[in-house]
Amino acid sequence: MFEYLVRRLALMVPTAFLVTVGVFLLIHLTPGDPAVIILAESYTPEAAAQLHKDLGLDKPLPEQYARYMGRLAHGDLGRSLRNKLPVTQAIGERLPATLELGLAALCWSLLVAIPLGTIAALRRGRTVDVIASGVTVAGISMPNFVLGILLILIFGLVLRALPVGGFAALSDSIPDNLSRLILPAIALGTFGAAANMRFTRSSMIEVLNQDYIRTARAKGASRLRVVNHHALKNALIPVVTVVGLQIGAILEGALVTETVFSWPGVGKLAVDSIFGKDFPVVQGIVLMSALSFMLANLLVDVLYAWLDPRISYA
Amino acid sequence: MSTAAPAYTGVDELPVALEEQGPPRLRRLLLDHPRIIVGLLLLLLLAVTALVAPWVAPRNPLAVDPDNARLAPGLAHLFGTDELGRDVLSRVIWGGRISLPVAFVAVAVGLTVGGAIGLAAGYRGGAADLLLMRLIDGILAFPALILAIALVAALGPSLKNAMIAIGIVQVPVYARLTRAQVLQLKGLDFITASRALGASATRIIGRHMLPNLLNPLIVQVTLSAAAAMLAEATLSFLGLSAPPPTPDWGFMINTGQRYLINGDWWLTLGPGAAICIAVFGFNWLGDALRDALDPRLRR
Repeated sequence: MFEYLVRRLALMVPTAFLVTVGVFLLIHLTPGDPAVIILAESYTPEAAAQLHKDLGLDKPLPEQYARYMGRLAHGDLGRSLRNKLPVTQAIGERLPATLELGLAALCWSLLVAIPLGTIAALRRGRTVDVIASGVTVAGISMPNFVLGILLILIFGLVLRALPVGGFAALSDSIPDNLSRLILPAIALGTFGAAANMRFTRSSMIEVLNQDYIRTARAKGASRLRVVNHHALKNALIPVVTVVGLQIGAILEGALVTETVFSWPGVGKLAVDSIFGKDFPVVQGIVLMSALSFMLANLLVDVLYAWLDPRISYA
Repeated sequence: MSTAAPAYTGVDELPVALEEQGPPRLRRLLLDHPRIIVGLLLLLLLAVTALVAPWVAPRNPLAVDPDNARLAPGLAHLFGTDELGRDVLSRVIWGGRISLPVAFVAVAVGLTVGGAIGLAAGYRGGAADLLLMRLIDGILAFPALILAIALVAALGPSLKNAMIAIGIVQVPVYARLTRAQVLQLKGLDFITASRALGASATRIIGRHMLPNLLNPLIVQVTLSAAAAMLAEATLSFLGLSAPPPTPDWGFMINTGQRYLINGDWWLTLGPGAAICIAVFGFNWLGDALRDALDPRLRR
């Protein structure tokens, strides 16, 4: 196990290197002088020279990268061009809101996926299964901003049951916080719910065909007992991996969902920074999302090996 | 001239998957899997609608009419009008001319670049394999949508850049799929045999490997077309694709959302439904094709 971990970590080194190069080069992809685009109307040669100095763009590329890596090693992601805040602080302030939304979306997706996926597997080929399959294809075909708008329309404007956007800090008012959390969490979590339901279903079907399940049934265990005590744990192993990757990519969906619901998380910060030409913040968020995605990949593999002893680390 | 049995002519007679698939097999495939027909019809409907948009759209999608802004759906405007008085139905119909080509180009980029990388890595092996696959790992280290958004943000928002960004994001899946298939095929007897008979690499790849790669690639193309449509919709919703006043589904929702609070639901519902139907069509077809073509799922 230890050896496996070391090897996996060693494999991550070249990838992490490529990631930092990619993120570093992002600003250099911009056609022409980034200063022209960032400064827009307030462009003057002096301001451009100052900006070049601030961003280190006046140095040769390899030196710029070396400096970038040097700062990165100290946990310094640069400063926002808009409010001069350190990027780490700007992201850090927004992170709790995104994590809260992500966690709620994950809960929603699992609450839907596991029971429905199991039922669909048990009733394979029957009406329930066919309906469930149709619903899952629909679920993975609906962009979360379309679902978000539909939810706003139904629950916010027609039924007037829930607030349609904004955020209230958990410390200020718990009911207010939670009522504003429900719609974005459903919008963000439904894609995952549909995907996880498919995985649960197919994995459950595979497990239910195993000999040990037949043995358990032959010994007189009830269907419910067989599913709960024998099948579910094994069937959920592949689901764990998918869920892990979804956690790693939480920012992906949050970007859009937070925009729809004016949720002040990292995703909204990313979108605002893109339009504000705030390159250091955009770079910081992209780097953070790639690193957390890589870490999630690693954790998932380790967890997988730990959950299923049949998998060898060789 | 000769009545003797045809002489062995060389590599051409080695088994090639494609030669087993004549028209009768295609017909049987469709008859056995009616879901494929449903998916194809749905996509055909969308493609034809986009193609004949100039003739079927009731109005000019760009014609501004401030006196008739934000009219609710009615006989004159079946889907209502938007904030500038443009006919929403016409814009939805024309919108297919943006979204479908983006998905098409992005998938083509992913398939050719990723396929070439996978072929090279799998067939050559060694250092080429190692280097190319590390590059793919590098792309895969980013969550796909984040990478696409970051690329467009850096390159500048435009339809062309959206196509490039979504295409790049699609590369790894094709590279990995092709490489895995090539590695598997490389060890099979008929490839060894044709190499022993002196066939060139081009011939082995073109004549013996590509036909066998076809089935998994067809399934992947359909599924990643769905992903590309979703990505394009998202980019354009964020304002990172075609600039206004282009009728683009995602951006129509972006602007329509501002009027949601007034109860103007029709600005977002039409384009939203169009996106869902298109993505659903590709996902549905991909699923059906996988059931029909993927040998691992065949029972």
